[in-house]
Amino acid sequence: MNKVKGLKSKDLLGLKDLSVEEIKLILETARSMKEIMARPIPKVPTLIGKHIVTLFYEPSTRTRTSFNTAAKILSANITNVQMSTSSVVKGESLIDTIKNLEVMGLDCIVIRHSMGGAPHLAAKNCKAAVINAGDGFNEHPTQGLLDIFTMIEKKKTVKGKKVVIVGDIAHSRVARSNIWGLKKLGAEVVVVGPPTLMPKGIEEMGVRVSYKLDEEIGDADFINMLRVQRERMEKGLLPSIEEYSELYGLNSDRMKKAKKDVVVMHPGPINRGVEITSEVADGPFNVILEQVTNGVAVRTAILFLLLSGKES
Amino acid sequence: MTKLLIKGGRVIDPAANLDGIRDVLIENGKIKSIGPRVKGQGARIIDAKGLLVLPGLIDLHTHLRDPGRPDKETIYSGSRAAALGGFTTICCMANTSPPIDNPAVVEYIIAKAKAESIVNILPIAAITKGLKGEEMAEMGRCFGEGAVAFSDDGRPVMRADVMRRALEYASQFGVPVISHCEDLNLSMEGSMNEGAVSTEIGLPGIPALSEEVMVARDILLAREFGRVHVAHVSSAKSVKLIRQAKREGVKVSCETCPHYFTLTEEAVKEYDTNAKVNPPLKTKADVKEIMRGLKDGTIDAIATDHAPHTIEDKNVEFNLAASGLVGLETGFGLVYTNLVDKKIMTLKQAVAKMTASPARILSLANKGALKPGADADVTIIDPKQEWLVDPAKFASKSRNTPFAGWQLKGKVLYTIVAGRVVVKDGKLAV
Repeated sequence: MNKVKGLKSKDLLGLKDLSVEEIKLILETARSMKEIMARPIPKVPTLIGKHIVTLFYEPSTRTRTSFNTAAKILSANITNVQMSTSSVVKGESLIDTIKNLEVMGLDCIVIRHSMGGAPHLAAKNCKAAVINAGDGFNEHPTQGLLDIFTMIEKKKTVKGKKVVIVGDIAHSRVARSNIWGLKKLGAEVVVVGPPTLMPKGIEEMGVRVSYKLDEEIGDADFINMLRVQRERMEKGLLPSIEEYSELYGLNSDRMKKAKKDVVVMHPGPINRGVEITSEVADGPFNVILEQVTNGVAVRTAILFLLLSGKES
Repeated sequence: MTKLLIKGGRVIDPAANLDGIRDVLIENGKIKSIGPRVKGQGARIIDAKGLLVLPGLIDLHTHLRDPGRPDKETIYSGSRAAALGGFTTICCMANTSPPIDNPAVVEYIIAKAKAESIVNILPIAAITKGLKGEEMAEMGRCFGEGAVAFSDDGRPVMRADVMRRALEYASQFGVPVISHCEDLNLSMEGSMNEGAVSTEIGLPGIPALSEEVMVARDILLAREFGRVHVAHVSSAKSVKLIRQAKREGVKVSCETCPHYFTLTEEAVKEYDTNAKVNPPLKTKADVKEIMRGLKDGTIDAIATDHAPHTIEDKNVEFNLAASGLVGLETGFGLVYTNLVDKKIMTLKQAVAKMTASPARILSLANKGALKPGADADVTIIDPKQEWLVDPAKFASKSRNTPFAGWQLKGKVLYTIVAGRVVVKDGKLAV
């Protein structure tokens, strides 16, 4: 088994575990992949004979489709397995599911799970490459990488730039992956959200905490808006969605304070009118759909780096 | 069996404030005499030179899973794990299936222990029926059958009014109510300590407050209505609350467990489910305060909270994994290695937490001391011997320990229960 240049691990579990060099390698590879995507026939034979499975214990449109597209660009086979949430609790254990998939000859398992550490458990129990497509509120590394890819595309670098991440930081894997990656690359990261949605000790990850969006917008280079789920209200963490919008939503009024070249991001799916108004989401500063395109490039790069050169 | 002379060992008997070279003569299951040179004609002799001779260790907090989960543990296997760990008496918690919430189950435990156990087993009966925290269990009848304390351990008694009545009612029997302090609304769906580490690895947290607010509540209730023993204290603030309460004369006692002065939340960083325990492992500052509390007497006892679980219960996603770790076979080694050898406490202080103190908390007149007439429960330790924690060798049916591969100091060589040698040279003798 050849060690593919660059990535130390057989898996991609989180940005926490990646070195700066590895992050840069992925981003650089993603740029090449984006070029391939622009060709009339966006397909290369690199991963012919490789078989990838997506194993999703949580619903997803974007991420799963993105991985499917990426696999097809590289000519890999891909199978999608949707597990019902109930099967997490009863029925076949995660380890058994993984082992069954592995003996079917799969080279790579892309897993999304509602619990932090589930992909790590999967990775420990199989030889196939495991890609974390989001685990609980731990990490969503491909999202983090595509966000950073997009930022660098827009402003050449993230070093020294101010990134404001807004919303439900406590329950956000996107926030964590962004923080790990951005801090490694030298960005200044400010997390903004109500205290009930701010995880304890987040400062130790090297970020600053703020409860005042208006005070952070003015000098921000990037504003990354997170989705806020209605479930948070049911759990008593927020008094109302309307109040949340008023305090932490991004609207055109607030955008008046922003720099002229600010970049507005959102990992999707958007709750229009909740964390971001349509005017802003569709407005001149947004790169939300470009993020989605870049997601394919980044995921293609990751599949390439993890699987090419490895024996099937 | 009838006569046994333990010669020349360093006898530590905290109840008698004794630490010196003595002989101990056992006759008919009782301590006959103890002194610098005891003659024991016809006695079988154990040469204890260079060894520690202790009153048999008492564990205030053991889960035996019997009845209900023989795949995790039984009275048979649990008693053997206890013996190998130097425990001559263990108190089994009520959260079995069915729970020990009625006199018939108490009777079952005692009968099964008589038939299968090689150590003394003292049942702890439930505070409330079905451990539901609503209606009081028949404490009096359970006490009549031999229950030594009351506890819903594994679950808190959430309602303050129910806890109040339980403390009042239990006071007539002179035995403690053991409280599992946890506010379930604060712990929600958490699976580890809430803080920088839970934030970093993306697991739902349980705030230390979840334990502390209930410790505070139970102290206030005990001040008015009875006597409470706080189980498995894990947080610095809890220690401080109990210290203050004791100063004010509240009838409160407490225990901690070896993992709370040995490990911090860092142990779960790689999602090691064997380090998932309730209450969850906390921070360095908490460990420090636990040690301080042990030293100044705020924490009366060290209990194992032995909580056996199957591989199936542990080798799953962290959030889904069962809480708890097996502790009987590593308990003394962790105390010796982390408290005595590191000079946090004297040997006598440490031994008291596992002998005289638990005996006092449960008012066990004939246990926890080596005085003439007491039950001949004795544990003999080689303090110099280092040993490797190898779960494959556990007598417990379960292997869920975060200490696998650890090198510990202080090896149990002999466990003697009512004059009967049940562990010899570190191996089961029966």
